[in-house]
Amino acid sequence: MPEQVTTSENSVRDPARIGVYVCHCGNNIAATIAVDEVAQYAAGLNKVVVSREYKYMCSEPGQAMIEQDIRDHGLNRIVVASCSPLLHERTFREVLSRSNLNSFYFQMVNIREHASWIHDNRAAATEKAKDLVRAAVRRVALHRPLEPRRVPIDPAVLIVGGGIAGIHAALTIANAGKQVYLVEREPTIGGHMAKFDKTFPTLDCAACILTPKMTSVGAHPNIKLWTYSEVMKVDGYVGNYKVTIRRNPRYIIEDLCIGCQECITACVYKAGKVDDEFNLGLSKRKPIYLAFPQAVPQKVVIDPENCIEFKSHRCKKTCVEACAERGAIDLNQKEEIKEITVGTVILSTGFKTFDPRRRPNYGYGRFQNVYTSLEVERLINASGPTGGDVILRDGTRPQSIGIIHCVGSRDHNTNRWCSKVCCMYSLKLAHLLKEHTGAEIYNFYIDMRTPGKNYEDFYDRMLDEGVHFVRGRVAEVSDWAAHPSEKGKLIIRAEDTLAAFVRRIPVDMVVLSVGMEPKEDAHDVRRMFNVSCSSDGWLTERHPKLAPVNTLTDGIFICGACQGPKDIPETVAQAGAAAAEALSLISAGCIDLEPYTAKVMEEVCCGCKTCIPMCPYDAISVDEAKQKACVNEVLCKGCGTCAAACPSGSIEQNFFEDEEIFEEIAGVLTHA
Amino acid sequence: MKFAYYPGCSLRGTGRAYEDSLLAVFRALDIELEELEDWNCCGATTYLSFDELTSYALSARNLAIAERMQLDIVAPCAACYLVLNKTQHYMHDYPHIDQLVRGALKSIGFDYKDRVKVRHPLDILWHDIGVETIRSKVKAPLKGLKVAPYYGCQIVRPYATFDDQYAPVSMDRLLEAAGAEVVSYPLKTRCCGGSQKGSLPEIGLDLLSYLLIEAKKCGADVIATACPLCQFNLEVFQSEVGSRQRPISMPIVYFTQLLALALGAPFSDIGFKYSVVPIQPVLRQKEIACA
Repeated sequence: MPEQVTTSENSVRDPARIGVYVCHCGNNIAATIAVDEVAQYAAGLNKVVVSREYKYMCSEPGQAMIEQDIRDHGLNRIVVASCSPLLHERTFREVLSRSNLNSFYFQMVNIREHASWIHDNRAAATEKAKDLVRAAVRRVALHRPLEPRRVPIDPAVLIVGGGIAGIHAALTIANAGKQVYLVEREPTIGGHMAKFDKTFPTLDCAACILTPKMTSVGAHPNIKLWTYSEVMKVDGYVGNYKVTIRRNPRYIIEDLCIGCQECITACVYKAGKVDDEFNLGLSKRKPIYLAFPQAVPQKVVIDPENCIEFKSHRCKKTCVEACAERGAIDLNQKEEIKEITVGTVILSTGFKTFDPRRRPNYGYGRFQNVYTSLEVERLINASGPTGGDVILRDGTRPQSIGIIHCVGSRDHNTNRWCSKVCCMYSLKLAHLLKEHTGAEIYNFYIDMRTPGKNYEDFYDRMLDEGVHFVRGRVAEVSDWAAHPSEKGKLIIRAEDTLAAFVRRIPVDMVVLSVGMEPKEDAHDVRRMFNVSCSSDGWLTERHPKLAPVNTLTDGIFICGACQGPKDIPETVAQAGAAAAEALSLISAGCIDLEPYTAKVMEEVCCGCKTCIPMCPYDAISVDEAKQKACVNEVLCKGCGTCAAACPSGSIEQNFFEDEEIFEEIAGVLTHA
Repeated sequence: MKFAYYPGCSLRGTGRAYEDSLLAVFRALDIELEELEDWNCCGATTYLSFDELTSYALSARNLAIAERMQLDIVAPCAACYLVLNKTQHYMHDYPHIDQLVRGALKSIGFDYKDRVKVRHPLDILWHDIGVETIRSKVKAPLKGLKVAPYYGCQIVRPYATFDDQYAPVSMDRLLEAAGAEVVSYPLKTRCCGGSQKGSLPEIGLDLLSYLLIEAKKCGADVIATACPLCQFNLEVFQSEVGSRQRPISMPIVYFTQLLALALGAPFSDIGFKYSVVPIQPVLRQKEIACA
């Protein structure tokens, strides 16, 4: 007779009847570990009733085998030795649930990532698998039944970063009828894409396809747009994040400003004075300005660092006069703190371009006619500093132009990764520069990488248009004329690896195709939102293939170039995916959380309060009457810090009780 | 101000002029030098090509001696300067090298703590002493002398510790302080050919001729260097360069020789006697004392 299994508290520590299942994972495990030997060994362990091996435990027949054994042998604890719990823990827990067993009567052993994949000695890997299985068997016998916590999902979504990724995600969610808070650090949304002239490979104008979306964001009833603002603090958990946002003073009352820009005309500075960020310093702006003509919101900004009034309080304040009727200028505006609650968060914080000063051999900053690719986007743009006329810093028009690929990419001295977009945008710039100037264009590349729909066609087109291609990483850009014909030129020296000699090509203008890098504060973002980063600084997805926009923190999603270099189509696709993930949670209405919370054993707690400052989630307080610590289960995220810190050992964490951990350790270390 | 002085083999061999003039400059500026006791090869060229690890161990022993003296180390030779720097970087970047080198040092009784800074004389004169101080101590300004400042590669690349990798200015500023006229020399950090002149003579000669011809084109009377190998290459192969093109005769001196002269050191004590291409005709023409 199978013994009756219940999930009630009364059944705590009923005599364990354990089933062990060892998975081959095709050849992933079986090639390195003697799976049959491990299963046989497990069969001899104390309290193990059944032990089997199977080719794919996660398959339907594999799962059915466990269910059958639970029925036939009255199993009440299950151990599966297979892959990482990140992949299939949920699968097997559901098997237990379907069999009316508490799903936490389960322990997963990772003999793939932790053994077969990382070892090549079969005998030793097999022994290791046995050790790990033994530990799990000893631990699982002590498991208590636990119930997941079910929390509701607040339907509002916070999106951080208003580039094309954030814009697309915001519109998708807002169009589905949900509330979106879009927070952007700059005075306008639009990000890098707003600075581009045309987009590859179709050559449609970036502004023409972007600005309608920007306008929709600004006007959407479901989108609360906060530009010139930053997220300060994030508390809470999936479904219920409390977010603090700082709105920096732009010294303009947004509700009153209509974007007429008369204040800008009226500014005491008759011409621009400060480097214009939007044009990357290629032009000047006034201390009161609108980032660019299609900025959203169409609200001007005052930059206090350069405004005379802020520096000396002696300005005539002609801007205030010009706006007297509307009174939109408020020079005493203070920063404003907003607190909101959202259920999910999408991070679309973007990237920065590589600073080519870190590659001094290319002369950026030393030779005035060396430009970055982003500067060239502005230089050829009709709303750019020269109205689209390619006039160099020295006032001349170039007749020959060298475009150097992979600056700050595929380079062991700077960034090792391929930035993925540079080959294509270099081709695009080659085309546009040729169109604007008629100059001879030379591309210096290591490899041409043009995978993408219609990308290779575009490369072919450039070859037809007569753009020159030299395969070789450029050694240096210099102004040393070895020959009279090189006088006054910038000389690009590179080994032509196809022709096998060193070329010197004199040009008037050099374009550095700079790579993409994580934003300098990517690590702050990572910490604030409790997501992870690669060592390079790119935000990390939960799974590179199957959960590309999820993170290891539930309810926080990532999209766009904050996750790694990518072009616009890929960014938009990811933004849509992140929006869908958020909407999926919102539609479900609630989510189950792991019940790994901490609990205080009041009889032992002495009320010393050591745990209180240790808790990162403010989940512990002191019951003043009893002088005992007490854990708020809703706030507790189960990090375990308090349990480790408690000097009297009176805090235990569900699923990580001392007894369970010690038994597991003993299991690893002692041969039974 | 006091440093541990590491002459290396060059300054006791082909680079005697560098040592004589360097000591004169430091004396004139009250910089005290204490020679590293029982120093050994810096590990450059020969060792570095055959057995890198031995090279780092040799180099690190010199650093460890300086650390025991509780002084930062000054390495005038560009190759020594680079290898000492490289050793520190590699010990920092590669734990296995760090472990092996420390092990080697331990076996000869050194517990190296990595507290030594490697300094180049240009760095010390430019940053620690300062152009103004030097200008104030100049007794015989090098008025009218047109100098091409040639840094070579090793003191600025890959570790640009005190000046720009491609457009350094420290030597320019120091020579200007000495009253010289520094010409704009676009090849100031370009390769002199190193030891290519021995292994690939044609290419070595090409590289040398670019430097010499360009200096002439820039109107320089003399090239100032900071590296014994650059100095040697540029000076002794001039006849070969000249036989391919027009004859060339350009004095190649250490920047310290020019500084020492300006600071009033006796001409005969600062290494000009070792020159292959004499500087006296140029100095006389500019009415600069060289007796």
